[in-house]
Amino acid sequence: MATYDLKINGKSHSVEVDPSTPILWVLRDHLQLVGTKYGCGIAQCGACTIHIDGSATRSCQIPVSAIGTAEITTIEGLSEKGDHPVQKAWLEHDVPQCGYCQAGQIMTAAALLNSNPHPTDEDIESTMNGNICRCGTYLRIKAAIKTAANSGTLS
Amino acid sequence: MSLVRTTYGRRAFIQRVGLAGGGMMIGFSWLASCKEATPEEVAMMPKEWFEINGYLKIGDNGMVTIMSPNPEIGQNVKTSMPMIIAEELDTDWNNVIVEQAPLNTDLFTRQLAGGSQSIRQGWEGLRMAGATARHMLKEAAAQAWQVPVAEITTAAGMLQHQATGQSANYGEMASAAAQIEVPEQVELKDKKDFNIIGTSRKNVDGKKIVTGQPLYGLDTYKEGMLIAMVVHPPAFGMKFQSMDTSSVTSMPGIKDVFTINTYKEDTPRSFSDIATFNEMVVIVGETTWQVMQAKKALSVSWEEAPNVSYDVDFFGGSLTTEYPAGLENTKSHHLKMVEMASKKGNVVRKDGNVEKAFQKAAKVLERSYSCPFLAHNTMEPMNFYANVTTDFAELIGPIQTPEFMEKSVAARLGLPLEKVDIQMTRMGGGFGRRLYGHFLVEAAVISQKVGAPIKLVYTREDDMTFGNYRPSYYVTYKAGLDENNNLIAFHVKAGGIPESPLFANRFPAGSVENYLAEDWTIKSNVSVGAWRAPRSNFIAGAEQSFLDEVAELAGKDPIDFRLELFDKAIKNPVGENNDYDAERYAGVLKLVKEKSNWGTAKPGVSRGVAAYFCHNSYVAQVLDLTMQNGTPKINKVYSAVDCGIVVNPDAASNMIEGGVVDGIGHSMYSAMTFNNGEPQASNFDKYRLIRHQEAPMEQEVHFAKNDIDPTGLGEPPLPPVMGALANALYKATDKRYYHQPFMTNKPFLG
Repeated sequence: MATYDLKINGKSHSVEVDPSTPILWVLRDHLQLVGTKYGCGIAQCGACTIHIDGSATRSCQIPVSAIGTAEITTIEGLSEKGDHPVQKAWLEHDVPQCGYCQAGQIMTAAALLNSNPHPTDEDIESTMNGNICRCGTYLRIKAAIKTAANSGTLS
Repeated sequence: MSLVRTTYGRRAFIQRVGLAGGGMMIGFSWLASCKEATPEEVAMMPKEWFEINGYLKIGDNGMVTIMSPNPEIGQNVKTSMPMIIAEELDTDWNNVIVEQAPLNTDLFTRQLAGGSQSIRQGWEGLRMAGATARHMLKEAAAQAWQVPVAEITTAAGMLQHQATGQSANYGEMASAAAQIEVPEQVELKDKKDFNIIGTSRKNVDGKKIVTGQPLYGLDTYKEGMLIAMVVHPPAFGMKFQSMDTSSVTSMPGIKDVFTINTYKEDTPRSFSDIATFNEMVVIVGETTWQVMQAKKALSVSWEEAPNVSYDVDFFGGSLTTEYPAGLENTKSHHLKMVEMASKKGNVVRKDGNVEKAFQKAAKVLERSYSCPFLAHNTMEPMNFYANVTTDFAELIGPIQTPEFMEKSVAARLGLPLEKVDIQMTRMGGGFGRRLYGHFLVEAAVISQKVGAPIKLVYTREDDMTFGNYRPSYYVTYKAGLDENNNLIAFHVKAGGIPESPLFANRFPAGSVENYLAEDWTIKSNVSVGAWRAPRSNFIAGAEQSFLDEVAELAGKDPIDFRLELFDKAIKNPVGENNDYDAERYAGVLKLVKEKSNWGTAKPGVSRGVAAYFCHNSYVAQVLDLTMQNGTPKINKVYSAVDCGIVVNPDAASNMIEGGVVDGIGHSMYSAMTFNNGEPQASNFDKYRLIRHQEAPMEQEVHFAKNDIDPTGLGEPPLPPVMGALANALYKATDKRYYHQPFMTNKPFLG
């Protein structure tokens, strides 16, 4: 056990956990930030995607001991009022079916648009390829990303 | 307008039965369920709620809370079922708050997600619930204004009496309406007056989903809750022998390690309790990660299991579930299927004389098709929260069959039914897997044993290797054409492990003079269950692929060939129990033909068509693909769907688009194989699911327009697309695709 001070969604959190604990389980079990989902535990499905210093990262693969002073953003902190352009586009296209994978999809999409504000179809497909949607909402995800990219509200 | 009796064969409309039956409507939790209600949300809230019936209550400011009775697995019933109530209530959808209803079999009927039946079977009761409330509001207004009730009209949550110019919103009359006697019969709206049904409304949970609010069973957290995980046998045909817990009990956070029997031998079971593994190891600890580590460190010995069988109740009938001893392999499965397919099967339907017809046929075609087992792979793995005390069991989590599982838990724990409370959470996918709630009983037994609230969590590996898989199927078709290329003989022989996918009375039965349908089965200890569009999810693709090849042999366009057969089934049907409406079937084919501009060739694009009827709905699809470096890229899929009235069109399109992706993905890439009983894939590194890059680039969905009461939607779009894909692949590669997954196109042996 060790104590870690983590910066998550702009706030400081102190947790006492085993150093090997993936940040996914720190979020879910210790901080009750359950928007980040467990899907596979081996970085194959993308449901657990968060931002670490702005980069989309599979939280199931990053032990808490590796975080250091990096800033973590989860779906709960992507925007204050749930009005990030990607979130708004997701609602406009009514993307979710079961909805379980969508937090991970949104976090991957938001990071993509941060680094590439006007992605091509190929950019979107290759970036999103690591995020599985078992319900098959891929087409709406792509449409929503384009809407967000064209919304003119990306900061 | 039509009159319906409100009794509905149940106690559902005895006023305030909910209050009498355990205070189920008390403790309104909308605000409590939101961690932080926004000022706007607080401003919307009424000071007081008035319960009109079990489905809805109205606030003094006109806000309406509608209970969504059925489990939500992503099929969007949490939006569409309340829409039906709101329509008949004649309220403004913007003033509606939706809540997941509690499990209450007195108030609600069929609280089950399965068979694409929620809307179809809920339709009348939901309309009645809204219409009853509207009637009571009108009665209340009539009394208040001293005018005849027949002169009162409603619109968007307002009551009006035109002659006297009086009006009130529903909130103002809610208190009085709650005192009005429930009418014996009520008028339903004319379908042409619908203004909510048939309009697209957003997912009521959308905002919570995109902001990561707790919604799913796996998100459940309660003070003092421990985490439990199971270690089940590594292979079908194995059972627990012994274990050494010494290395585990001292690990950080680990509280207990023990074995459980999910069901006792005398526990009455329904089909919802089907599961091969019954005895398993349980590890309980403080956090998920700690228990995962202990699970890896634990040393368990397993041994071969004997024959096992038990009876289950299947909607009132008894079924015997049998698991023969032995460690099975996919290769021997396949050889056994080939052997069974070569023998005579059980005759299920026979029209005319196929033997004779084949003898005089000018051309005969025979082809065999197969598919592997499939895992459900819901993105949210199996899990359940349980807090079992000496006299009460509280259970929270994802389950498609809460009614059945309530009985199983009560029987297993020895508690009366009313002492078991199952709360339904939004589910991270169902696809049939959560029809089987053994994990819920496991959670209850574990909580009882440790005397603490626990959340049972399956890892992805547990989930994938303890499946109730889609069975492996095999079908042989034989068709005979006369010298004029008319289909005169058709023979289907279908079997599988452990069930046959045959639907003997479906098309082309009824359209061929000489028709024979046979089935066969092979027993297995691999646990199986309903997987989105059971049986149809294989046989549709096989049949539609075969008909494509027969059409080619006949030198006919594949759509025209099918339409000829439907024409025959319409004008001069063969046999009596044909399980489809040939006009509606032909209707979707004609619709997809028109919308896809069938017959106009696009350079480099290969097209396939298919149509199928299941779950009371008709779907025809055209699929366009191009080959890129030897890999198919699916350009576009056109779906034409006849599911009667479409309640929520955009959401319905979403469901169809998803079914198309699901059908393409599983027929193209997915398989579960076994070696010595052991599932050969345990996570998404080995088990291929369709991903973004492989999904169709475009989809178009068209609905047949009619005012037939709504039918199934969750399952019907999936089966035919497998055939459309196989037929398009043939056009692109000049090879027929007989065996799923198509990416290998040979019996998949692992």
